[in-house]
Amino acid sequence: MSDAILSVEELQTHFFTRAGVLKAVDGVSFSVGKGRILGLVGESGSGKSVTGYSILRLVDAPGKIVGGRILLKGKDLAALDPEAMRRTRGAVVSMIFQDPMMTLNPVLKIGTQMVAAIKAHVKISTADARKQARDALALVGIPAPDERLDVYPHHLSGGMRQRVAIAIALLHKPAVIIADEPTTALDVSIQSQILAEVRRLADQTGTAFVWVTHDLSVVSSLADDIAVMYAGRIVESGETGAVLAHPKHPYTAGLMASVPSQAERGQKLVQIKGSTPSLAHLPEGCSFRPRCPRATDICKTMPALLPLGDTKVRCHHPIVEHAS
Amino acid sequence: MFGFFIQRIVQAAIVVVAMSILVFVGVYAIGNPIDVMIDPAATQEIRDNLIRQYGFDRPLYEQYFVFVGNVLQGDFGQSFIYRVPVLDLIFSRLPATFELALGAMLLASVVGIPLGIWAGYRPHAFSSKAIMTLSILGFSLPTFWVGLLLVMTFAVQLHWLPSGGRGPTSDLLGVPLSFLTPTGWSYLILPAFNLALFNMGLLIRLARAGTLEAMSSDYVRFARAQGLKESKVVGLHVLKNISIPIVTVFGLEFGSTLAFAVVTETIFNWPGVGKLIIDSIMVLDRPVMVAYLILVVLLFVIINLVVDLLYGVLDPRIRARRSA
Amino acid sequence: MSLVEDIQVETWRTRLGDFWREFAESKVALVALVVIVAIVFIAVFAPWISPQNPYDLARLDLFDSRLPPGTVGSGGYVHILGTDAAGRDLLSAIFYGLRISLLIGLMAGAFALVLGMSIGLVAAYKGGRVEAIIMRIVDLQLSMPAILLALVLTAMLGQGLWQLVTALVVAQYAYFARTIHGAASAERDKDYIEAAIATPLPAHIILLRHLLPNSLPPLIVVATVQVASAIALEATLSFLGLGLPLTEPSLGALIANGFQYLLSGRFWISVYPGVALVITIVSINLVGDQVRHVLNPRRGQ
Repeated sequence: MSDAILSVEELQTHFFTRAGVLKAVDGVSFSVGKGRILGLVGESGSGKSVTGYSILRLVDAPGKIVGGRILLKGKDLAALDPEAMRRTRGAVVSMIFQDPMMTLNPVLKIGTQMVAAIKAHVKISTADARKQARDALALVGIPAPDERLDVYPHHLSGGMRQRVAIAIALLHKPAVIIADEPTTALDVSIQSQILAEVRRLADQTGTAFVWVTHDLSVVSSLADDIAVMYAGRIVESGETGAVLAHPKHPYTAGLMASVPSQAERGQKLVQIKGSTPSLAHLPEGCSFRPRCPRATDICKTMPALLPLGDTKVRCHHPIVEHAS
Repeated sequence: MFGFFIQRIVQAAIVVVAMSILVFVGVYAIGNPIDVMIDPAATQEIRDNLIRQYGFDRPLYEQYFVFVGNVLQGDFGQSFIYRVPVLDLIFSRLPATFELALGAMLLASVVGIPLGIWAGYRPHAFSSKAIMTLSILGFSLPTFWVGLLLVMTFAVQLHWLPSGGRGPTSDLLGVPLSFLTPTGWSYLILPAFNLALFNMGLLIRLARAGTLEAMSSDYVRFARAQGLKESKVVGLHVLKNISIPIVTVFGLEFGSTLAFAVVTETIFNWPGVGKLIIDSIMVLDRPVMVAYLILVVLLFVIINLVVDLLYGVLDPRIRARRSA
Repeated sequence: MSLVEDIQVETWRTRLGDFWREFAESKVALVALVVIVAIVFIAVFAPWISPQNPYDLARLDLFDSRLPPGTVGSGGYVHILGTDAAGRDLLSAIFYGLRISLLIGLMAGAFALVLGMSIGLVAAYKGGRVEAIIMRIVDLQLSMPAILLALVLTAMLGQGLWQLVTALVVAQYAYFARTIHGAASAERDKDYIEAAIATPLPAHIILLRHLLPNSLPPLIVVATVQVASAIALEATLSFLGLGLPLTEPSLGALIANGFQYLLSGRFWISVYPGVALVITIVSINLVGDQVRHVLNPRRGQ
């Protein structure tokens, strides 16, 4: 993608623990274009969230970015000094989190938190900042935004809080927003409202989203592109329609088979056998090998992420037969 | 909120009445005050007269009701030793103790809270470990022993500061105080520091624990993702969160500080209420003991009440629960 | 049955082993533990290792009073830490003082533990109104400084070992009651206790076999801290002149005795007993701290 706003190249984030070095993210590359939404999909422990945190350089010790580049509008975030990175956060790239109950400080009013976020980047009077905050709340569809500024987070429902978090993330019209499973903790009806809102915002403001999730159904309705992660690596990526219509990696196929869907009602759900490997004891070669029905001896070497048709896949034995 | 308030006040009143009975009965069980008051060579007739005069021949409950009746009129009786109204005696000593205790609390806060926040912000730094050692010492070293060392070092060896007493005071609104003059300070600083040590240790721990918790919270991550400066993250989000336990401790410990002043005042010969109560215990001056204890109970109850109410002001979640 | 017991013994042993290994991770705590063992040794064997019996007034010589450390007295031996105003060898006085201070601290701690534990367990088991009243009293007591209660009680009860221990127990039991009540009422709401209550087991069996063991870890931590604070409290009371009679001085009384000479530069009479006191208290607290750290269920997350 040539018009990429954010492109991550060979990102490596490792955790230096007593048990050894855990390669939570090990050579991840992807890019997102203006106004597009990338779904970063994987099970817990796949490294998808750490990838998100790495982009904002918010990985807590003992985690550390040890390699790769994070190009945001052509600037490498991995090489920025802390102050420049701070000025980038919130202004050029922001983030929203999984649990809306926890992301807002329970003892500070919504307005106070929003004003602080605004003043972090622009010199502005508190009155003007409040006006901006108000507008931001209105933008994400919060009714009576003026009154909401003066309430505490616990006065709002989970869905409302997540809208507030999105409003805060949008305050400085960032180029990219990293969203770490922001709808997982919400009711399904609220979830679809928020997804629709995000889709609208992406189209309207041109903000790109990296949507980190374990939920394929969310991705299928929301994302333009998709990247599937397994054990710290991307195993398959491409346009959402193309990937979901013909999954080529056995893991992607397995994930899809384990999701109930309307179209295939009555069909048996298939589980992927085994469980997500511990990062401390990754198998040699392809990490999915022990769970893979198609594995052979060659899988003891790491396959590369190679283009195949209109998507990319990291597999020695990609599923190509349904392709016709 | 109002119902809660009333309920608390009724509880407090019950506590005060119960404690006054306990104190009265307890203290009046000690020895025979007549022996303290009169010449051992006095005749039996004089003794009997005095016993009747003070009402010691009447049943204890009658003595209690007489006592309560007098107290309600602001009369706690006369000191057996000083032959002046007890309340006047205590009030004349109160400013010295309050000044000492307040000075100690301020010193503990000004030093303890920033140190604790730092130790929580950089938990692995060498300086943080040194701070924590200091707080353990502040906890475990007996107040009187530290006071002794302070006298030995700064008064006896270095001759920098006076070894005890209050020195000259200046009046502010008719209340004699030390902190208005440099000489006054030289008398105040050692005892205040001595009395502050325990609370300093406590505040360091509390501030550290609160900071540690806040720093690993989602809302601090979110605040950082918005690009807030670290000073703002700590100054706004962390400080507001630790303010609740700190205000509680500040309030609750103020009472304990007044009580611990007994020790400090003895070492530094500080002419406060603590010194008075020790002297009174030594000579069995019962009216002074009873009045002091009841006033202390009253003080504790009031402090508890105020802290309870303040809690609600500081933590919107508690406020919500109470009004519900 | 024996198999079950074997397994239980096994888990206890491994748990103890784990506990010890994690405890030993802190070198400071290890050193503190060694110091405590040494102090207990000194306290127990004081009559055999002291140069002099400091309580035997007939053997004290006033000519020996206030000798600086290192002086040879009329007894013909070196007073390593000097002597006090009554001519006592300070080293001996400290050894004997440790004995008294430890004895009082342990007794007060043990009695307060038993009293507080019973009250807290009963409150947690009974629930309802009984629990509300008991815990209200306990909370009220907790909001009062222990020193004040102890002060008043010693004033009321008079001087003497048992009076002192009683005062300390009354001043401290509430900490145990609060701790065990918290732990036990958290356990109480768990299913296995409800299951046990549903069976016809008598109440004391449920309390002793189920609630108590699970409430034990926090209690151990509080117990170590409370022993240290009982020792400090006793020393403080003795310093204020409300502790034991001066014929058998505890560490606090020794310090108090020397205080008047401190201002004239004879520092050792107060300072050395104080050092012994502080080492004892700090060591116990350090060990308690590490035990708390190891037992903390949130650790390792």
